[in-house]
Amino acid sequence: MRFTLQVWRQSGPESPGEFVEYEAADISADSSFLEMLDVVNERLSSSGQEPIHFDHDCREGICGACGLMINGHPHGPIAGITTCQLHMRHFSDGQRIIIEPWRAAAFPVIKDLVVDRTALDRIIAAGGYASVNTGGAPDANSLPVAKEDSERAMDAATCIGCGACVAACPNAAAQLFTAAKATHLALLPQGQAERQQRARAMVAQMEAEGFGYCTNHGECQAACPKGVSMDNIAFLNYDFRKAWLEALSSR
Amino acid sequence: MSASSATEHSSPRLDSRIPPGALADKWQRHQNALRLVSPANRRRFEIIVVGSGLAGASAAAALAEMGYRVRCITFHDSPRRAHSVSAQGGINAAKDYGNDSDSIERLFQDTIKGGDFRAREANVYRLAEVANSIIDHCVAQGVPFNRDYGGLLDVRSFGGAQVARTFYTRGQTGQQLLLGAYQALMRQVDRGQVTLHPRTEMLDLVLHDGQARGVVCRDLLSGQINSYSGHAVVLASGGYANVYYLTTNAKACNSTALWRAHRRGAFMANPCFTQIHPTCIPPASEQQGKLTLMSESLRNDGRVWVPQAAGDKRPPNEIPESERDYFLERKYPAFGNLAPRDISSRAAKEVVDEGRGVGPSGVGVYLDLADSIARLGKRAIAERYGNLFEMYQMITGEDPWQVPMRIYPAPHYTMGGLWVDYNLMSTIPGLFVIGEANFSDHGANRLGASALMQGLADGYFILPSTLTDYLAGHLGEQPPATDHPAFQQTQRDVAERLDRLHNINGSRSADSFHRQLGKLMWEGCGMAREATQLRELQENIGALRQEFYKDLAVPGSASGVNQELEKAARVEDFFELAELMVRDALEREESCGGHFRVEHQSSGGEALRDDSRFAHVTAWEYRGAEQPAAQHHEQLSFEHASLQERSYK
Repeated sequence: MRFTLQVWRQSGPESPGEFVEYEAADISADSSFLEMLDVVNERLSSSGQEPIHFDHDCREGICGACGLMINGHPHGPIAGITTCQLHMRHFSDGQRIIIEPWRAAAFPVIKDLVVDRTALDRIIAAGGYASVNTGGAPDANSLPVAKEDSERAMDAATCIGCGACVAACPNAAAQLFTAAKATHLALLPQGQAERQQRARAMVAQMEAEGFGYCTNHGECQAACPKGVSMDNIAFLNYDFRKAWLEALSSR
Repeated sequence: MSASSATEHSSPRLDSRIPPGALADKWQRHQNALRLVSPANRRRFEIIVVGSGLAGASAAAALAEMGYRVRCITFHDSPRRAHSVSAQGGINAAKDYGNDSDSIERLFQDTIKGGDFRAREANVYRLAEVANSIIDHCVAQGVPFNRDYGGLLDVRSFGGAQVARTFYTRGQTGQQLLLGAYQALMRQVDRGQVTLHPRTEMLDLVLHDGQARGVVCRDLLSGQINSYSGHAVVLASGGYANVYYLTTNAKACNSTALWRAHRRGAFMANPCFTQIHPTCIPPASEQQGKLTLMSESLRNDGRVWVPQAAGDKRPPNEIPESERDYFLERKYPAFGNLAPRDISSRAAKEVVDEGRGVGPSGVGVYLDLADSIARLGKRAIAERYGNLFEMYQMITGEDPWQVPMRIYPAPHYTMGGLWVDYNLMSTIPGLFVIGEANFSDHGANRLGASALMQGLADGYFILPSTLTDYLAGHLGEQPPATDHPAFQQTQRDVAERLDRLHNINGSRSADSFHRQLGKLMWEGCGMAREATQLRELQENIGALRQEFYKDLAVPGSASGVNQELEKAARVEDFFELAELMVRDALEREESCGGHFRVEHQSSGGEALRDDSRFAHVTAWEYRGAEQPAAQHHEQLSFEHASLQERSYK
């Protein structure tokens, strides 16, 4: 197969970027999108040109490293997958493909298609955990968890932190990411002790990082490769308001 | 050095420090004897942890919780991306929640036998012993393990075991365990106990007075070479299977941290022991950059088969039951489709070599869940493996609900690694190695659901005790500052090396060399090995390496982000490592685990171990680029497990 690529090239965070056109020829329909870029890059480097930088690692759809805006869709046109799981058989021969990095103020461009997503780590550091030191935990079966709760917690916990929700959101909000973690822990007995404090701390960090506000567009859910639901956002909002009201009344 | 004999003693350079006494008491007795550092003194120590996977993140978090100052270095943009995240199947523990007579003793026996008696008995027993605490701790962290309807933990079975002892979170167990460890780590980052260095790659180890005192790293954003010093260095940098290029490993997995430590004096043990995983999706095109694993858990409900007749190209549903060969069930009736990975992989290769392989390339066997779908219903199967079915369909374009999946073995996990003693310390004092990066617990083969167990056992529970013992002997010492000549010299070495690679100015990318090296390794030092082929391989690797130094192309600048430069340095290390792997494979004149020497097989084609000559670990000492590495042996003694023939029939 053959494609014409319009790729965003930007040499560094402070440099201006631009679209550059490349031909991707002799591409197997069985190749993944990233393998297609590998082929283009290999040709670039062997002719002494700098290859297109992009983040990727596991190529199994689970590490969350890869993430490209492809023809305006985070992770490309197929729902429910990451870029590494997108295969060229889903494109038509000769198609023009526009490839851009995630765009959000809180995700500055590092180079070409690579962006800095450490803001998401700082949201987790603010409270996205159960405070338990190693050693001395009670027997795992001493605290039963209803199957339904553990399944719902897992639905939320399956977030891979790729940032597609932020890239898809017209406000560049990180609500879906933050809510997924808060809800995962809030649904389990292990997460109760810090539940309200966690909701407040994570939301505060999210705002401090420069993410926008959630206005319920729903683009995040549509773009999420793991099917994380917007219900989590409602769940977080509930916990956050409750925590806020209780803090207010205890003043 | 010649091959060992039955009476061989371990090399004096390899003191395993296995505590005396009965196997079941060793760890407890050892813990009681280990020195302590009081809580008030712990903040005086700085520890460098390289890697943020299950082993690295858990170690960094646990040490920080105790009060040590920790620096955690990862080449990822976030610790959450470490490749442990991709492990699917589960984690073993001997809780006996399944009421099927499981015990620490049985988990130990299965694991030592699974490794074909090439692992260290005391380490394996300790692993089985601490496994239960891992489950308890992870549940307390909020890891959403699968539960049954009564709210208790659910278990399933895995290859090489006749009990159900594998805990899991759907098909994403590694992900959830890693997120647990990552969250614990980020909590310590927030507290200021851990300094995190993302997008930072360790490129060398710094020694002072013969002890590990720091690391030299490249900041992958600025391109700057920086040093960090500490009282001890912990390598948790994972395995090196990517030497084969097409593997189940993530693209960035590499051997550099291990290899550079090896070049500074850490012995490399059993490098030729690579696990070939049986359930990988076969490669589809020449452009393939990576292979994807289907979880081994599918073998719980999937039946593996090929047509009985060679060259039978009919679609699977047109091949009647009577013309199919369920070869694992036929050859290994007791374990059937749950035979261990090495046995299943070799059996698949055999039928493909006989011309009975399936799929467009003929390199593959069917993994068929049709019987289970008919028996249990689509819903039950979807609940167990739904995400794997979707993943398979996405990659191959085939619907596994309609046609059986196709699988073939692929390099997966490396059992070899840096040699460590019972305290997980390498031959360099102050350099500790944990998780897949060390050699100690899996022998010549690794059973499913035991890698996550080892990573977390080392990081959460074992290293914190043994590292404390080492630090207790260094109270009051200040490690040299990074402007010390030892650091400056190592930093210069690293900069010169990168310049040298950058300035070759050839016309071939690092990837193209890597792909070719991988192909050579897979063909000559893969599932089956043979002396003449291995010697030929040595020559071919040597020739390719010369070509690498003449024709490598690294475009872009050495300052700033340069992914090609990162790859070039990693591929250079893979070349040197590959040479050692081949040498190790040549020396080990027996078949064991995933390492099958064609010259050593039973009349039935099974692996033929040679305990009288090879019940040892081979540890290699680097002696410079001009001299071949020196061989040392640690004799393995089995006081508790009996060295039995490994039969799964």
